[in-house]
Amino acid sequence: MIQAMPERIKASPADEGFRLELLSVLPHLRAFARGLSGRPDFADDLVQEAAIKAWTARERYQAGTNMRAWTFAILRNHYLSELRRSRRQTDLDEGVAERMLVMEPDQEGPLHLGDMEVALQKLAPERREAVLLVGASGFSYEEAAEIAGCPIGTMKSRVARARADLARMLEGELDALDIKKRKTG
Amino acid sequence: MSQPNGRGDPGRVPGLPPEVRRDGEPGWAGGLRKLYNSVVEEPLPDSFKDLLKKLDDPGDA
Repeated sequence: MIQAMPERIKASPADEGFRLELLSVLPHLRAFARGLSGRPDFADDLVQEAAIKAWTARERYQAGTNMRAWTFAILRNHYLSELRRSRRQTDLDEGVAERMLVMEPDQEGPLHLGDMEVALQKLAPERREAVLLVGASGFSYEEAAEIAGCPIGTMKSRVARARADLARMLEGELDALDIKKRKTG
Repeated sequence: MSQPNGRGDPGRVPGLPPEVRRDGEPGWAGGLRKLYNSVVEEPLPDSFKDLLKKLDDPGDA
């Protein structure tokens, strides 16, 4: 459920820049939330709720700092509190693979994106978060550690373990694809 | 954007197109970014209309 929208959102000139920045990060928040949860609808609810939280807390945001990191942290914390509330985390949705198969054929890499999505959802949650932040979203280890509220060494270790897990789950398939590609030209 | 590493040899493992593989990284890492970017590039769904309307509305105009 999406929490009730504030009755009225007042815009000031100072708010306008914030608003534009917030709008610009929404697609990134969607990608992060989708990766974290594996559930498109739930992810979109999370993003909207996080956006409202960000807007409500906009006075705490320092203009010129990293809006993406700031909102990712808000979304991440909101996600965790939702998980604690609903315990949805343990319930891997069987529809994940099917949903990912709606990807346009020309968007598919040599690796089927559905396979990647399934593998991602099999990772331990803190490793999934880590590899999404560093490997997919492009945050530095420092930024990712700040978003996740952990020491940088912990973040590095989580990313390394996530990469090893993904490699173990996915590289067998890639090797097979490599061989096939070489044969076909 | 990563730069080429100088001497003409991209140093890549053959088999995957360069757009999904940066120097020295496994192919699935490009797949992860592609998955992420495929969501970033989606238009915002209709369910965001209320949010966008609120954020677009000056409110106290």
